[in-house]
Amino acid sequence: MGMVGMEGSLALAEAVRLADADVIAAYPITPQTHIVERLAEMVANGELNAEYIPVESEHSAMSACLGSSAAGARTFTATAGQGLELMHEVLYIAPSLRLPVVMAVANRALSAPLSVWGDHSDAMAVRDCGWIQMFAENGQQAFDLTLCAFRIGEHPDVLFPVMVHLDGFHLSHVVEPLVLLEQSDVDRFLPKYSHPFALDPDRPVTMGAFALPNVYTEAKQAQDTALKSAKSVILQAWQEFSEISGRHYHPVEHYRTEDAQVLLLTMGSFSETAMVAIDEMREEGKKVGLIRLRLWRPFPFQEVRQAVESAEVLVVLDRCLSYAGPPGPVCSEIKAALYSQQKRPKVVGFIGGLGGRDISVQEFAQMIAKGVDIAGRGGEEETEIIGVRG
Amino acid sequence: MESFAIYVPRLLPRKDFFAPGHRACIGCAEALAVRLVAKALGREVIISNATGCMEIVSSPFPTTSWRVPWIHTLFENAAAVGSGIEAALKILNKKGVRTKMPKVVAMGGDGATSDIGLQALSGAWERGHDLLYVCFDNEAYMNTGIQRSSATPFGASTTTSPAGKLSIGQTRWKKNMPAIAAAHDIPYVATACPSYPFDLIDKVNKAVATAGPAYLHVLSPCPTGWRYPPDLSIRMGRLAVETGVFPIYEVENGKYKLNFDFPQLRPVRDYLAQQGRFRHLPEEEIERIQEGVNREYEKLKKKLEA
Repeated sequence: MGMVGMEGSLALAEAVRLADADVIAAYPITPQTHIVERLAEMVANGELNAEYIPVESEHSAMSACLGSSAAGARTFTATAGQGLELMHEVLYIAPSLRLPVVMAVANRALSAPLSVWGDHSDAMAVRDCGWIQMFAENGQQAFDLTLCAFRIGEHPDVLFPVMVHLDGFHLSHVVEPLVLLEQSDVDRFLPKYSHPFALDPDRPVTMGAFALPNVYTEAKQAQDTALKSAKSVILQAWQEFSEISGRHYHPVEHYRTEDAQVLLLTMGSFSETAMVAIDEMREEGKKVGLIRLRLWRPFPFQEVRQAVESAEVLVVLDRCLSYAGPPGPVCSEIKAALYSQQKRPKVVGFIGGLGGRDISVQEFAQMIAKGVDIAGRGGEEETEIIGVRG
Repeated sequence: MESFAIYVPRLLPRKDFFAPGHRACIGCAEALAVRLVAKALGREVIISNATGCMEIVSSPFPTTSWRVPWIHTLFENAAAVGSGIEAALKILNKKGVRTKMPKVVAMGGDGATSDIGLQALSGAWERGHDLLYVCFDNEAYMNTGIQRSSATPFGASTTTSPAGKLSIGQTRWKKNMPAIAAAHDIPYVATACPSYPFDLIDKVNKAVATAGPAYLHVLSPCPTGWRYPPDLSIRMGRLAVETGVFPIYEVENGKYKLNFDFPQLRPVRDYLAQQGRFRHLPEEEIERIQEGVNREYEKLKKKLEA
């Protein structure tokens, strides 16, 4: 297929249409609205043969998704920021009951003060709810990863819900050149969904029994083991996806990391600005490179360790504050992943891009330089919010 | 009447879908109500159950009392989960993936229904899902230890509305959930009580035969929380009805019908006097409750005439 100009939200909706989703339950919230508006329009026009449930809250959106997925329907929803927070307790149920709901999150800052603009506070608040989570860095990836999300989540060896994060506005509302896929290719890639224990009077199951202390721990361990082992299916699905699309995905992706002494780590849309900064610094002869986390859960320990083992300094950008805690959620996870390594870089964390604040190419270059400086004088405990005025 | 009582039970389906061996308290009328509702629903059903007494007593892993497909997720979302199930069944039938349309039933206690889950339930009604919601009302948060809910009646002493030197217990009148349901203009709303099993079963049948949302509000006497001897549960339900405290009626497409009318209601004292939760009430408060019951009953009678 040829290249088209399309907004990230609409491309993502297109992926849901190509996946032939059965049920969409959603509540509108900026900046997720364009995704669900487009899906509602597709259902209204007969472009997508699905039930659209216009629920009265995000709590009910995810609850309806649980019911729908448990009844054996391919199920999608999308939300952002406060909406994701309102869903919070419901989010834990989907992986625990092994219901492969797919959800797009147009990442948004959390109140107060109210901000509809992007950062990763919402994503980080749901870090430990047990979903498979991946971060897109452009509209193309939002489309691709959504299709992969159905393939991965619904795989009989997986049966976990999948969150596809795309930065609010920076990706959800930006028109980019991208390539869609033919229905026949998608059909080859994505088999029909069939849950082995779907709610059915012919095979009655009790779903959501309660656990006494004698089994709760075992249930949680089994869930954790299953989520860890989902990684092999993720890698396999991405491999198969590359065969129909020519586009390759990896848990940790590299940009000009060969012989790099200093690495920058980013997630989401800011990675593309960071690439420009890396290019400029390379032209100046600096040995810098960029790594991006595509897969956030299951956390790619091995790939992260491999990616940074030859670097001297690793600068990590978080778009979320961990108030009065360690530098940022991503940075503290990276540090935890590297602590046991004999050979590891010095890790310096920065916070930036909060509530829709941009980070310029120049600021990325400054951040890297400052990171090197801090690491040089052993100040790894320091953290700075970049671009703060006054 | 005597032969009716002997022969009619034999006409009921013998099969139970809510199996014995669950952990409900002795004399629990709610478990009886659930058994009757499940019996009436039969095999072709999917149930979404809110957190609460009935969920807890029926599903300690690895055991279950449910012989039908059943899902429990959270406290306040049974109606929303039910919405999702109903939507899934609809589209999967349309696409030919499924070939049967089981009834979808959501259920919860009075707290799950009239307090924490009211928004999700209102949403499901407004959207018009083909869904029966059954509220098993034992008039407080019994599962957590008898805390007051908005369905706790005036004057009842609970652990969070205790009677004391400065309080008579619950100081608010019971929230009228059936009226809230009827205000959504859904096609079928009814009250029932397991003390009147045939009426309850009839109403379940009627509710699931209705296209669109239906609501059943079932008063479920609770010996533990109401503090009466466990062998009096059936009598307690009958007294609630005979005193007019809990009138049994239905609202079909907006039309009200009183299913049990009495030439004269018994005094509410007959109902209150047998329950520990009301034992502290002074005479004037009992009088006040009597007036409240009379007032509500008159309001209901006016609706019958309309």
